[in-house]
Amino acid sequence: MEYFIELVFSGLTRGAIYALLALGYTMVYGIIGLINFAHGEMYMIGAFTALVVSTALSFYGLPLPALLVLTALAAVVWAAAYGYTVERVAYRPLRNAPRLAPLISAIGMSMFLQNYVLLAQTSNFLPFPALIPDFAFMEPYAAFIGSTDLAILVVSALVMLLLMVMIKYTRTGTAMRATAQDRKMAQLVGINVDRVISVTFIIGSALAAVGGLLIASHIGQINFSIGFIAGIKAFTAAVLGGIGSIPGAVLGSFVLGLTEAFATGYVSSDYEDVFAFSLLVLILIFRPAGLLGKAAIEKV
Amino acid sequence: MLSAFLSMISLKDIRKGMVVALWFMFLTFPLLVVKINPVEKIVVWRWHNLLWVGLCSFSLFLVSRIFSFWRAARQERMHQKGKQKTREGSRPWLRHPRLHLPLLLAGSLIPLAFPAFFSTYQVNIMITALMYVVLGLGLNIVVGVAGLLDLGYVAFYAVGAYTYALFNLHFGLGFWAVLPIGGLLGALFGVLLGFPVLRLRGDYLAIVTLGFGEIIRLILENWSTFSQGPSGIGNIPRPGFFGVEMSLEQSITYLYYLMLCMVLFTVFVVNRLQHSRIGRAWFALREDEIACVAMGIDKTRTKLTAFALGATWAGMIGVFFAAKTTFINPASFTFLESALILCIVVLGGMGSIIGVIISAFILILLPEYLRAFAEYRMLTFGAILIVMMVFRPQGIIADTRRTYLTKK
Repeated sequence: MEYFIELVFSGLTRGAIYALLALGYTMVYGIIGLINFAHGEMYMIGAFTALVVSTALSFYGLPLPALLVLTALAAVVWAAAYGYTVERVAYRPLRNAPRLAPLISAIGMSMFLQNYVLLAQTSNFLPFPALIPDFAFMEPYAAFIGSTDLAILVVSALVMLLLMVMIKYTRTGTAMRATAQDRKMAQLVGINVDRVISVTFIIGSALAAVGGLLIASHIGQINFSIGFIAGIKAFTAAVLGGIGSIPGAVLGSFVLGLTEAFATGYVSSDYEDVFAFSLLVLILIFRPAGLLGKAAIEKV
Repeated sequence: MLSAFLSMISLKDIRKGMVVALWFMFLTFPLLVVKINPVEKIVVWRWHNLLWVGLCSFSLFLVSRIFSFWRAARQERMHQKGKQKTREGSRPWLRHPRLHLPLLLAGSLIPLAFPAFFSTYQVNIMITALMYVVLGLGLNIVVGVAGLLDLGYVAFYAVGAYTYALFNLHFGLGFWAVLPIGGLLGALFGVLLGFPVLRLRGDYLAIVTLGFGEIIRLILENWSTFSQGPSGIGNIPRPGFFGVEMSLEQSITYLYYLMLCMVLFTVFVVNRLQHSRIGRAWFALREDEIACVAMGIDKTRTKLTAFALGATWAGMIGVFFAAKTTFINPASFTFLESALILCIVVLGGMGSIIGVIISAFILILLPEYLRAFAEYRMLTFGAILIVMMVFRPQGIIADTRRTYLTKK
């Protein structure tokens, strides 16, 4: 039973991280119908920026709370800046190109960013400083859930709540929903679609950076390739929930996280990624629109 | 000519270029300038990188401005001249009849005489390049002609390589016996992958094929009793020639000629395929799926044949790969390999056979001879994919479709 509860929490933690990434995929897909292959790299760049900033600052002897705030801020700001730039450089010129073109450009961007970080920093795994302290009140539950797990769950819940509020109640959020529904119509009623798309990339990248920061301080080491596999799995989660749907992405992420946790816990940890990919293939065969998505009707 | 374009750059462009440069300097600051040394606990500041980023992004911005001026000017000219200058006039020097014979002779003699003039090392590199030519042509069927973005192409390559290694290990089968089996198994896996993804559109297809490639690699890595795991399989024999004993050098030369035949065979088959009934169906599918189905083309069969025929080449080249290196392990079949082959197809021009051949040589030979830049290889591949999509989506040599004229 104890093992079971431990697995549940481990699955929820994974799910929360996937959700932070999957939201970016689903928002971008909802608005421009593109799978942003380079999205996983935003997560990696967020984590790497956090690593560089926090380690550099800790050499100068900053106290932990100030360090944590500055690191989080730097990770989010730079990841968002990268997200914006990627959209400007690689996707915007291809807005009216055939479907395959932005996809190939996105794969190129993902390769480019990975190797950029590899060359600029290192290919080795770097130790990530323990930014999240061990909370004293968590002592009795340490068998089931660690302090970082709790931090991941709480922070990601807060961030997702913030996102929901933003999309539902602010002007920008309304513009985003309108653009997702019909880009041409949104343009006709005076929405600056280019700006909305930029904002979507910025928000998505910032969320991914939060995820990267959290998972890096949970695992304790990072390298340049962490974004790739995490990105694919988060995409799997977004498809599982129904791509384009925001609640779907969150639901899909938790389903995927729990599936993976149980599969590695009870079957074998060697095939962790195989389970995730097999799940993706199965969903696409039997329910291509995902759990909460609506099947798209193509009109000619 | 150049000065005319240079004069088009206004002060506004320069100001804009400076803003771009500043933005990229800000962007690359934490990762390019700051470097942590965790052992000695010091921060290394690399300010010179900042200068480079600023200069490079500024000049790249100006170059892209000039390029867009040039393109606009050319379009203007084309517009004025009308559309008379299309296919015949595009590469007049290549179509000159007097050049045909020398070109043909040079084109056939240089590859034939290559091993006589160059060392075994060079011949080995050339074999690799020829292998990628065939891989590129194979993927070209799937991506370029049929328009199905396959990111797991390396899986079929792995299937071929492991077919040879395992059949040889357990049953002692030779290269020639396994070559067709490798191709067939490749095709079988192509159909196996094809079935579930038939209903998917471009972007889903890309992810599922990518996942499929990873699944194959992970299985090869973890199912040790089947594939000997990450340590791989060694002692794979090179191809034989009626039992003649050959030295290492001779067998490499022999493999080179085999590869050359393989390339010719591939070019012939792929060329015939593209202009066949099924080839035209693939083109139609690429251009517009709905219209294609409405014209009475069986979508299922067309897509499956594209997958199967593309995978066949990868399977056969996998056998060649195992025979060439005599040792294989799962690390040779990562996603990067798929990305490289995709890069060959995209750079060459999707659907264009000559383009794919040229770009395979460029992308395989350049990094071999420019060892100093070897570490920038993948960075460049990524950049090539983006730049090609943004500035020249049709590739180095655009695919010119055969036009059919009715005689009056």
